[in-house]
Amino acid sequence: MSAPVLTRPGAAPAPASVAAATRRRVRGASRRRLVVLVLAVLVVAAFAVTLVAGRTYYPPADVLRVILGEQVPGASFTVGELRLPRAVLALVAGFSFGLAGVTFQTMLRNPLASPDIIGISSGASAAAAIAIVTLHLGEVQVSVVAIAAGLGVALLVYSLAFKGGVAGTRLILIGIGISAMLDSVTSYVLSQAAEWDLQEAMRWLTGSLNGATWDEVVPAAVAAAVLTPLLLGQGRNLAALRLGDDTASALGVRVERTRITVIVAAVGLIAFATAAAGPIAFVAFLSGPIAARIVGAGGSLLVPAGLVGALLVLVADFCGQFAFGERYPVGIVTGVLGAPYLVYLIVRTNRAGGSL
Amino acid sequence: MTTEHSLTAEELTLGYADRTVIDSLDLAVPPGRITVIVGANACGKSTLLRSMSRLLAPRAGRVLLDGRQVHRFPAKELARTMGLLPQSPLAPEGITVSDLVGRGRHPHQGVFSRWSREDDAAVASALEATQTEELAERAVDELSGGQRQRAWIAMALAQQTDLLLLDEPTTFLDVSHQVEVLDLLTDLNAGRGTTIVMVLHDLNLAARYADHLIALADGRLHAQGTPSEVLTEETVRAVFGLDSRIIEDPVSGRPLMLPIGRHHAAGAAGEAGKAVPARAARG
Repeated sequence: MSAPVLTRPGAAPAPASVAAATRRRVRGASRRRLVVLVLAVLVVAAFAVTLVAGRTYYPPADVLRVILGEQVPGASFTVGELRLPRAVLALVAGFSFGLAGVTFQTMLRNPLASPDIIGISSGASAAAAIAIVTLHLGEVQVSVVAIAAGLGVALLVYSLAFKGGVAGTRLILIGIGISAMLDSVTSYVLSQAAEWDLQEAMRWLTGSLNGATWDEVVPAAVAAAVLTPLLLGQGRNLAALRLGDDTASALGVRVERTRITVIVAAVGLIAFATAAAGPIAFVAFLSGPIAARIVGAGGSLLVPAGLVGALLVLVADFCGQFAFGERYPVGIVTGVLGAPYLVYLIVRTNRAGGSL
Repeated sequence: MTTEHSLTAEELTLGYADRTVIDSLDLAVPPGRITVIVGANACGKSTLLRSMSRLLAPRAGRVLLDGRQVHRFPAKELARTMGLLPQSPLAPEGITVSDLVGRGRHPHQGVFSRWSREDDAAVASALEATQTEELAERAVDELSGGQRQRAWIAMALAQQTDLLLLDEPTTFLDVSHQVEVLDLLTDLNAGRGTTIVMVLHDLNLAARYADHLIALADGRLHAQGTPSEVLTEETVRAVFGLDSRIIEDPVSGRPLMLPIGRHHAAGAAGEAGKAVPARAARG
């Protein structure tokens, strides 16, 4: 290799080089746009299929009339009361999990740092199990308790991991430990449960969209509508954080402030979605890496990961209902998909410090 | 061309937890020049650099950029004036050189603002200056150490700051790549007038490339000035606890430090020319 002879660094760049830079950037951006578009189309398609198909088929025209508020015999109940809230919940919960998951993974520069691995989901589950089995609370109170517990655990893990800044690995290990503790609490509570409570409590462990009602969907949808723009506004700061805290700070990012904003928004998304649908296993964990594989390394993964999450939940729920002889909750299907990936990731991370 | 900025430290005291690393240090970085900070391991060189770029808040005293405390600057405004390349920056897996360099535009962009022609021009100019244009579409983690360091410097250049701080930019590089990186920084200083402050391990490279040399010992400023003023046998003994001889570097005319270990002490005490025979006679 020859020692490079520098073109005068003070000189203006050659127009051809500027054009090349523009070309490279536009190519990357248009690829990202295309990926987002394709994912969005797939999500809409999956959404439409779950409304139209099922035990009974309703023609798209009927479904559309139901959505527009007309009365259609049969379809009004099945589509309007059963399928539509379920599909909307799948969409909202999947998007929330995907977006929150990739936010954590990006911020902590580690794919293991997703909220379902570091104890936030376990916290919500344990609190919900106690609320149902021990305290016999009603549905709304259970949700409130679960959301509060999710936020509480996030705060606990963060403060335990804080030591003049937060290192990703320390936070992950503390999170995994807390998560294991909370899981054993949940197991104990369930072992004490009466049979009729068990059914309801189990939902909080696997995640299920069964019997989704508008009352559950609306809070999660509102939370997503408020918190998503907040997170997207931090997109560039998050991207800079991936270069390390020092570099990000040198680029003008207020590191701790960004981190706090992002954690609050992401935990809020997780908690509200969990309150509505239970901790659908591994969706937060899987969506980011899948999105990274599709989009490539350079661009922001926030929106693509949210879309991947929505698609995962829609498809997994549909498969869980109709692909097998029995009906399975969506969390079982995503769990079967996610567990092998977790093992793969741990094996790979052990070999070389991996990232997204 | 750049505008001149003053960067000074006043009675700066820095530390971690219960340990004081820098103790009441006064310092003025000469604008438009290359300043190199040297010192023994753990003498606080990197800590000082981190504090000047406000990564570390001072215990006492202050760092002033153009008369204003760096810790009071709006984050992005500071980042448009002063860039920093930390010792071991992290490249996200698979990121291309051109994406990495583009990140340097962060302080020039708003939350949702689009990329401008100016951004493209800054990236292109940074790639040209560091000769990384042909690497633009390669992944950073596939590059050799020297190429990777050039890519990171390109990122800092895209930031278009008048001041650039670098924490040991030559670590882990072999000697030819060390020289390559330091030549690049010298070109940058000469071509754009960029004020450069860096920490270097190698005293002889420091003496060769510095306009202004700062020697730290035990958290205090031991000596500062031109390399010939600072790099003396006394300084080396005080700062590193090492006996040495200083001769004139036949290549650059700057001082060149030759360390004297226990095994070569006899030769150094007498004439320089006798060092080799003395050892041969003993062996």
